[in-house]
Amino acid sequence: MSLDLTPAALEREAPRLMRARPLLTMNNISRSFGDVRALRDVDATVYPGEVMGIVGESGSGKSTLLRMMNLEDTPDTGDYRLRLPDREDGNLFDLTRYQRRMLCARHIGIVYQNPHLGLLMRQSSSGNVAERLLIAGERSFDVLRARAREALDASEFPLERMDARPIELSGGMQQRVQLAKAIALEPALLLLDEPTTGLDVSVQALVLDTLKRLQRDRKITMVLVSHDLGVIRTMADRVMVMRHGQVVEQGLADQIFQDPQHPYTQQLVHAKL
Amino acid sequence: MTTTPLLRVEGLTKTFRIYHLDSALHAFEDVSFDLHEGEFLLLRGHNGAGKSTLLRTIWRSYLPVGGHVWYRSGHGEIDLANAADVDISLLRREEIGFVTQFLNARPRVAAQDIVAEPLRLAGIAQDEALDQARHWLDQFGVRPELWRAYPSTFSGGEQQKVNLARALILPQRLLLLDEPTASLDAGAREALVRRLSDLKAHGVAIIGVFHHPGDVAALIDREINLNTKVVADQLTKEEDHVAL
Amino acid sequence: MSLASLTKDWAATSYGFLDASAKRELRRKMLKAIAVPGCQMPYASREVPMARGWGTGGLQVTLTLVNPASTVKVIDQGADDGVNAASIRRFISRVSGAAETWDTLSASIVQSRHRVPEEVMREDQILVLQVPNPEPLRGVEPNMSIARQMHADADYGKLWLTLYEQIVRKGRIMQGAAYPSMVNGRHVMTPSPIPRWDVPKLNMAKHLTFLSAGREKRLFAVPPFTRVEPLVFSDRPYQVEEHAHLTCRRSGLSGYFMNEIPQDNGGSTFEVSDSNLGIKAIQKAEGAPTEIGETWYRDGEYSA
Repeated sequence: MSLDLTPAALEREAPRLMRARPLLTMNNISRSFGDVRALRDVDATVYPGEVMGIVGESGSGKSTLLRMMNLEDTPDTGDYRLRLPDREDGNLFDLTRYQRRMLCARHIGIVYQNPHLGLLMRQSSSGNVAERLLIAGERSFDVLRARAREALDASEFPLERMDARPIELSGGMQQRVQLAKAIALEPALLLLDEPTTGLDVSVQALVLDTLKRLQRDRKITMVLVSHDLGVIRTMADRVMVMRHGQVVEQGLADQIFQDPQHPYTQQLVHAKL
Repeated sequence: MTTTPLLRVEGLTKTFRIYHLDSALHAFEDVSFDLHEGEFLLLRGHNGAGKSTLLRTIWRSYLPVGGHVWYRSGHGEIDLANAADVDISLLRREEIGFVTQFLNARPRVAAQDIVAEPLRLAGIAQDEALDQARHWLDQFGVRPELWRAYPSTFSGGEQQKVNLARALILPQRLLLLDEPTASLDAGAREALVRRLSDLKAHGVAIIGVFHHPGDVAALIDREINLNTKVVADQLTKEEDHVAL
Repeated sequence: MSLASLTKDWAATSYGFLDASAKRELRRKMLKAIAVPGCQMPYASREVPMARGWGTGGLQVTLTLVNPASTVKVIDQGADDGVNAASIRRFISRVSGAAETWDTLSASIVQSRHRVPEEVMREDQILVLQVPNPEPLRGVEPNMSIARQMHADADYGKLWLTLYEQIVRKGRIMQGAAYPSMVNGRHVMTPSPIPRWDVPKLNMAKHLTFLSAGREKRLFAVPPFTRVEPLVFSDRPYQVEEHAHLTCRRSGLSGYFMNEIPQDNGGSTFEVSDSNLGIKAIQKAEGAPTEIGETWYRDGEYSA
């Protein structure tokens, strides 16, 4: 007996116990950049409250996939649905640019590896968080300030520095500002693109710890992209392994690390430590 | 027992494929047994007979290559060998516990918070969760001055106590124990046995691997020897720690 | 019938200086600007005999609107007698035959640099404001293509953020002029560098306002009876300059927007910024028959 381990097969064929329905479903996502096929028929499913890790080497398509989730890019083919309360959006790739912007601002948070992508470096840290709330229509200065403070606090950012500009802050602190910005509107989905790459090990542990805590206390659904298996192992409930734009294996995190099924995953796991 | 079993393992087989050696490693083949609520099953076998592997296969850290693990969950019956990952995640959160001999201590988290975490995840308020956490740390003999310290700095024995308190704080329906008594002192061992018999009395089914089965002799209902695949109804009264 | 009766005599320039096609384009863009209040319309800004940045945008709009029956008033920071204001006014009059005036009440077109007259303007009057930088998002988004997308999306979060930053850094909003304002609840415009004092005068005004930037080749409009709301936080009210207690050293007027004139002793004296209002007040005090219209502000309080 051999098991078909593609995500689609697991989705389709596994006997289902749960009433839980996926928060995120992506089907048949393909994307080419010229001759490079960045994604080939990728399927992804993320359930509410879980941390989905995506691993793979550089160029495997994991960041491209994450950018699709943030609606920054549109695939050549494919279908993307998010199950959000009181909304029926259909395939999100069919939305207009404006609808995408508003949906992302309200329901999706993202933390980039490079804080310059996610932050206004010359505005205050609290202002960076407040901008999200301003887009969502909050118009009271006191409420903006209180909510920015709360989000920064939840990201374990030192509040006495809440008005410092990100450009004056260390890398770890900048990531916390990005995180506060991402969670300020309590998004349905938090996307993390190599959030701790480039931080030194001790700072990395602290940021991961903050993420863990947030995930536990707020039950935020997260998709975490990293090439660092240690990071994925600490954080993820389930793991997708990508290579050459395809998902080669998907499973529970401990299963992927302890009993990898695909030759590439075995190679990857054994390369660690 | 007249009730339908909680767990029905049928012909379970696990083989590891090792691609870089181009070989396969057979862990165990065609294992079958039933487990009812409130039963304690001991796994026996040589080193490498696949005792831990069997536990991990039921827990689904390892994917079986054949057979079924029918489990009667609160949500309905499901084959753990083929269940979707989300279902396994759910059952791990709600019904099935796994206790290893190692604590995967996260840095910068206090012992009492680590122990309280399963309760917090189950939605119990912080204060009550901490109260219970302290109670169990106390039961397993962790000194109060360590409750707020970080277990990553503890000795192996102390870490294991924290690990047990965390693993056993929330009553499960099925408990998988992988040598939980290793590196425990006598007091903690007693506390563990007390907790296990308490859980058993409440209907928790337990499958265990023990280096010294004598530690839990009083609890064992049946045992299975993975070398012979014989299921025995009583504990064989041979020397406990003989290397099989 | 002779050919001469059907054609005009040759002239060095067209009527109103701009050629017919230039005026046609401007009229179309002005109509569009009225149709979408506050939205910036690009236009092919023509050369006029004046350097860019000296009011070429306002001048082109005025030259398109003007006809021999018009009466033109031109002010520079409230004053009719500045070199630039006087030159523009004489130029318009020379190329169009329109009458010149200093009096807001008798003008049909008021071209202005950075001020709105203090006397309430009527339905039959048009205010033309010269705009140096028409893009309120320039400070937050250097890429103008993206800025236009942001206007399309009504995405003004970053603009609000600059106000938030000012309160955080300075304790209050520091934006003194060109205060970003939402027009008709849809487009945010920069109302040219008029002081905060003047912005409420555009809200639900009876007159039509054109704002035109010649160098940037953009014009936009506030049609009559259109909402113009400065961006403010709900718990930080809009504040205008505190000029209520100041008195004009020449006319004795008080309660209007004042120009500050620093003195040698380190102090300041003040003159009413709308200079023709001051002149009329002096004439009236001397007993001359002068009509002073209703004003938007009374004793420093906005009342219209």
